[in-house]
Amino acid sequence: MPVLREPILRVENAVKHFPISRGVVLPKKVGAVKAVDGVSFELRPGETLGLVGESGCGKSTLAKLLMRLETPTAGRAYLKGHDLFRMRSGDLRRLRRSMQMVMQDPYTSLNPRMTVADIVGEPFDIHPEAAPKGNRDQAVRELLDQVGLSPEHANRYPHQFSGGQRQRIGIARALALRPEVIICDEPVSALDVSVQAQVVNLLERLQDELGLAYIFIAHDLSVVRHISDRIAVMYLGRIVETGTSDQVYLRPTHPYTQALLSAVPVPDPTARARRQIIRLTGDVPSPADPPSGCRFRTRCWKAQPRCASEEPPLSQRAVDPHPSACHYAELHQVIA
Amino acid sequence: MTQPNPYQQQWPGQPAAQQWPEQPAPAPVVAGWDDPNRGGWDTPTAAWSTPPSRARVTQPRSGEHLLDVRDLRVEFDTRDGVARVVNGVSFHVDPGETLAILGESGSGKSVTAQAVMGILDTPPAVVRGGQVLFGGEDLLTVSPDRRRQVRGQEIAMVFQDALSALNPVFPVGWQISEALRSRRGIGKADARRRAIELMDMVQIPASADRVDDYPHEFSGGMRQRVMIAMALAMRPKVLIADEPTTALDVTVQAQIMDLLATLRAELEMALILITHDLGVVADVADRITVMYAGRVVEQADVHTLYASPAHPYTRGLLASVPRLDHRGHGLHSISGTPPNPTAIPDGCAFHPRCPWAQQMCRMTSPALTRIGRLDRASACHFPPEALDARLA
Repeated sequence: MPVLREPILRVENAVKHFPISRGVVLPKKVGAVKAVDGVSFELRPGETLGLVGESGCGKSTLAKLLMRLETPTAGRAYLKGHDLFRMRSGDLRRLRRSMQMVMQDPYTSLNPRMTVADIVGEPFDIHPEAAPKGNRDQAVRELLDQVGLSPEHANRYPHQFSGGQRQRIGIARALALRPEVIICDEPVSALDVSVQAQVVNLLERLQDELGLAYIFIAHDLSVVRHISDRIAVMYLGRIVETGTSDQVYLRPTHPYTQALLSAVPVPDPTARARRQIIRLTGDVPSPADPPSGCRFRTRCWKAQPRCASEEPPLSQRAVDPHPSACHYAELHQVIA
Repeated sequence: MTQPNPYQQQWPGQPAAQQWPEQPAPAPVVAGWDDPNRGGWDTPTAAWSTPPSRARVTQPRSGEHLLDVRDLRVEFDTRDGVARVVNGVSFHVDPGETLAILGESGSGKSVTAQAVMGILDTPPAVVRGGQVLFGGEDLLTVSPDRRRQVRGQEIAMVFQDALSALNPVFPVGWQISEALRSRRGIGKADARRRAIELMDMVQIPASADRVDDYPHEFSGGMRQRVMIAMALAMRPKVLIADEPTTALDVTVQAQIMDLLATLRAELEMALILITHDLGVVADVADRITVMYAGRVVEQADVHTLYASPAHPYTRGLLASVPRLDHRGHGLHSISGTPPNPTAIPDGCAFHPRCPWAQQMCRMTSPALTRIGRLDRASACHFPPEALDARLA
């Protein structure tokens, strides 16, 4: 467990609404897709925050907001005390040195016409102060070595590498500027199981060596469980439950977390009899028109009239000391 | 809470772990056919009472398997040389049984399925040898007409990506009943009614309203249900599901796997599940065939495979799965990457990544040999006891 220090990143009420417009000549705004709708969390140096949720819950949009690849609609995000959401180009570029991103798809996130050395060294073109001109080759070689690639491969092109190796190139590129925070958006989802383990181990080793803080976004709850210190569960643009890894996985109090965890297949056939899968009916509602009150109530088996009228805040509940956004939070162990 | 991973005991350099108690497999839940309220699929209707196709093969004789694939070989001619993608694969499946074909990308599992279905693009693919025996008949040698009768009617397939497998310009009901119209010759109104029944069977809500909707109007899970309904329209005896839940979220994945298991039991189909997900396999499979670099490396029933994997690759794979119920630093990983199918290593294809590899493994390719019981086999020069002994 990391020592409790001042958070390096503090996000307050981040909001991103994508406008839905109608009409070609005179577009008129007719609504908004509420992709991220009021998300707050803190990230401390050297810790990993796992962000989980089904597709469409806003986790990738949140990552893009934090990198300022999308313009936030509202909210604040303080990285080392500076508000990311209010910064202008020059300051923002300087601040981005501290926060880098590893993309999901190692096949499309690397330029096929650039050599590995160019890809990994490109951050130095944007931030020349990060590596002195003459030393760049050396820096690139060290980075490749650090992620377990042979420095001789520096002049090859991405297509000459396997998926796992490409993801290592992506990680080397993210490490180039010696950031303090790395946002990993589904970094292992495209990889095979045996290779996935290599990349997860690499990320853990780099964290130990360099004291990195990760925001680890994934839909695979087992991987998140493995790597994360703290977890935030998202549903329809909001965090519904957050806490330490053990709190969320072993003592979940929000019905959505319980259903999500119960649905994860366990690689153990003897567990078939023990497993109690909570079946959620229906699909995730459209984020353009989320349900009133609690957003999960349309799929929740515990829903009461109160859930439709009153939105449950993400707050400490009596049953277990970690925040959960449910009026009727109760403990239910899902993992045997 | 830190618990040891029970599979790590099978890998060198890992501390011994606790033994897990054996538990009997639960009986599958089968909704009764005779339930008067069930309605839907098997309720006789005008459409359903059309005479069944003459293409039905006779029931397999005792001792024969419903589908028996023997020594299948598929090659692709590529610019980089001949890729031996499927290299002597054998497996069989019987009615009411779920066989999982487990493998990483590039292991040849999907090509195997396509060869069995007869939907390989030839060229570039060439089936070099082997037999696909369906009810005693070798599908690789029958006439194209006969092959066409079997494909879709006797052996049907569900694909991974439902959005690209469905035609975007036709309503789903039209697509579900297409086979019924073209092969059974039933009328439009009957076909539409049958499509609604099939949609009920795969539990698509408000099927009567949605039968004329287009694929893009459905969510990912519902689209996968449409695909399943389409595959089941002709009531096949064998259903091949190629990564049916890979693109879906866990909650939806659980629903779809449930549906497949229920339908398999109700319709007494043989289900071949092609996947890379060890968790899904543990949940639904009866038997498992593990593939690596175009070969079968291990065959076993699901409980044996997870409790005592014989082949080093299976052992490594099981040890590298992160689990919800075990937390701890350092996942086991298999070093290296799967081989390129144009350059499969000599000898055992797994030897460059195998911690047990010896000189013999680099020279000769191990045959799939039986271990102990009849239905268990592993393609390793060393029996599991020898591998265990070397751990000590």
